Amino acid sequence: MSGKSTKGIWKVITASSLGTMIEWYDFYIFGSLAVVLSTKFFPTDNPTAAFLSTLATFAAGFVVRPFGALFFGRLGDLIGRKYTFMVTLLIMGGATFLIGCIPSYQTIGYLAPLLVLLLRLLQGLALGGEYGGAATYVAEHAPKNQKGYWTSWIQITATAGLFLSLLVILLTKGLLSKEAFDDWGWRVPFWISIFMVIISYVIRKNMDESPAFAKAKSEGKTSLNPLKESFNNRLNLKFILLALFGATMGQGVVWYTGQFYAMSFMKTVQNIDSSQVDTLLVIALLLGTPFFVLFGWLSDKIGRKSIMMTGLLLAVFLYRPIYREMYLITDAKAMKESGNSLVPEGCKVIDSPVASILTEADKADPTIKNSRVFIETKTDTLFSTGAIFHYTKTDTLFLDKALAFDLNKKAHKEVWLKYDAKNSTGEVTHNSVKLKNSSKAGDTSAGVDTIHCGPLRQFADGQTIHKSHEFGKSKIGNVIVTKNITSAVKWYLVFLVFIQVLFVTMVYGPIAAFLVEMFPVKIRYTSMSLPYHVGNGIFGGLLPAISTYFVTTAKNVGNPEFYLEGLWYPIGIAAVCFIIGMIYIDRKINTLHD
Amino acid sequence: MNTVKKYLGIVWIILAMAISYYFIGIFGSKLTSGKQDDLVFGIIIFFILLPLIVTGLTIFGWYALTDEYED
Repeated sequence: MSGKSTKGIWKVITASSLGTMIEWYDFYIFGSLAVVLSTKFFPTDNPTAAFLSTLATFAAGFVVRPFGALFFGRLGDLIGRKYTFMVTLLIMGGATFLIGCIPSYQTIGYLAPLLVLLLRLLQGLALGGEYGGAATYVAEHAPKNQKGYWTSWIQITATAGLFLSLLVILLTKGLLSKEAFDDWGWRVPFWISIFMVIISYVIRKNMDESPAFAKAKSEGKTSLNPLKESFNNRLNLKFILLALFGATMGQGVVWYTGQFYAMSFMKTVQNIDSSQVDTLLVIALLLGTPFFVLFGWLSDKIGRKSIMMTGLLLAVFLYRPIYREMYLITDAKAMKESGNSLVPEGCKVIDSPVASILTEADKADPTIKNSRVFIETKTDTLFSTGAIFHYTKTDTLFLDKALAFDLNKKAHKEVWLKYDAKNSTGEVTHNSVKLKNSSKAGDTSAGVDTIHCGPLRQFADGQTIHKSHEFGKSKIGNVIVTKNITSAVKWYLVFLVFIQVLFVTMVYGPIAAFLVEMFPVKIRYTSMSLPYHVGNGIFGGLLPAISTYFVTTAKNVGNPEFYLEGLWYPIGIAAVCFIIGMIYIDRKINTLHD
Repeated sequence: MNTVKKYLGIVWIILAMAISYYFIGIFGSKLTSGKQDDLVFGIIIFFILLPLIVTGLTIFGWYALTDEYED
């Protein structure tokens, strides 16, 4: 490629990627601020508002995107790629900005969650139209044998958008006090979007229409009815089905498993501290991101099919070993039994963990005023070398329903520690939750949403330290205890997540070029957008909910490997996708519409 | 390979039926649990995901059976 044309395509990449990244930013900002948004718009003690919240999550995130793909795909094949993905950018940016302007539920009542839902739906529609437009636009500018490489830059934007959303939130939080952020600061990331959208709009406005579409239009070869030609044409429909069942549905589940399910698994199944999970995930994603481009480039050399299918196959066979390893590495009992090498030399894990309770932080944390409250109780595993806490671990403490207590009376939690002051080692002799002043057994205390934490009291009484902790109100089964992991465990988890991100880059890096090459110019935008958003949005987007259901069910029936059960959904989908892809996708499929 | 492609079409159609049977069995309770979260989840499973899989795989299987994917 000449220097001039290389410069030209970089302009195209910049204009397309920037806009797509901003759209992903807008889409993720809602999820990243979900906790704050729920307090402002969707109070959980109000069933209708909670229902709207669920609807906003599911409907906009997963279901609406394919409709956006159809609506804007048709538009893109009729009037052009450039104008269509400028429209999606403006809709997304406008909707995001307006979410930041809506008065809270306290101010305008039900209108608040309804407006949020409406704007969230617009976000989903816009996202459904954006990706196909950007991928098509870039691919139609790229040289024939480099489409994989150039479109892989578009593939990075989803991860980059997630980073950007986290970065803006962190910066806003850093610049404002906690009270100011909770009061109005959370709106800033939504408002910032409009500036980014305007910049991106101006850049895109000055770009030319894609050469392939411009040529087709000048020759009068564009479609008059892209939807009919895409879905009412047996020849084209068979490729749409092949794209869905042989590529995008597998890509969707691998994408969601490697990034979002991994995050959810570490936070909710392993109970690792949330900020530690975010950090290690960001590191793994950063390390993995260049591989989108690498595999995109490689797909130009050795073919898209082989790389995508390898990614799927690796996912099918390695997910269970990877997640088993992830789980066991933070399980103290398993560490002891296996003599895990992460335990420092000369140390051994004592049978029972030593417990300490973090109370002051809870007390000061205003988020505990909300229903998603938890008591962060750190339970440390103490190694025999002395007072050094090499590794910390906790178990979730679920309050027994029989121990339910009167909401208006105080509960009392006690942790008794047998403590050897001489050796600074110890073990738990009694680690239970006692709820004094409890009311009748079976009181579920449903709807209680506040925990008041009293000060930590500690007594040294000979060989025993007694720590007690008072709290007033709790919600049964909502006491979550988190683990703080050591640096060694963290880096090992980074490695395990990084492997999963590699699978993501293998299936996702080449897929834009793969989809673009499957369909003719005149119906390309419509035809490629639908299987992508059905595969990614619906098959992938439903993964957290379905997998969590499997995990919970397995846990309830006492399955010892309950934590692996959620993987059957992505493994099953990826396996079927692999078989269909291997058998039905022709290696020469990328030359169909040369 | 064309023969394999063709007769695997039957497998995809049977798989579509098996999935619908399985989904109804395990997720059916979601529609009747009385919880709103479950209801939304159930509606999406039964009215979005399940029809997509069943109709999509059935048509795909039928196309395979009628040699649409022949080399």
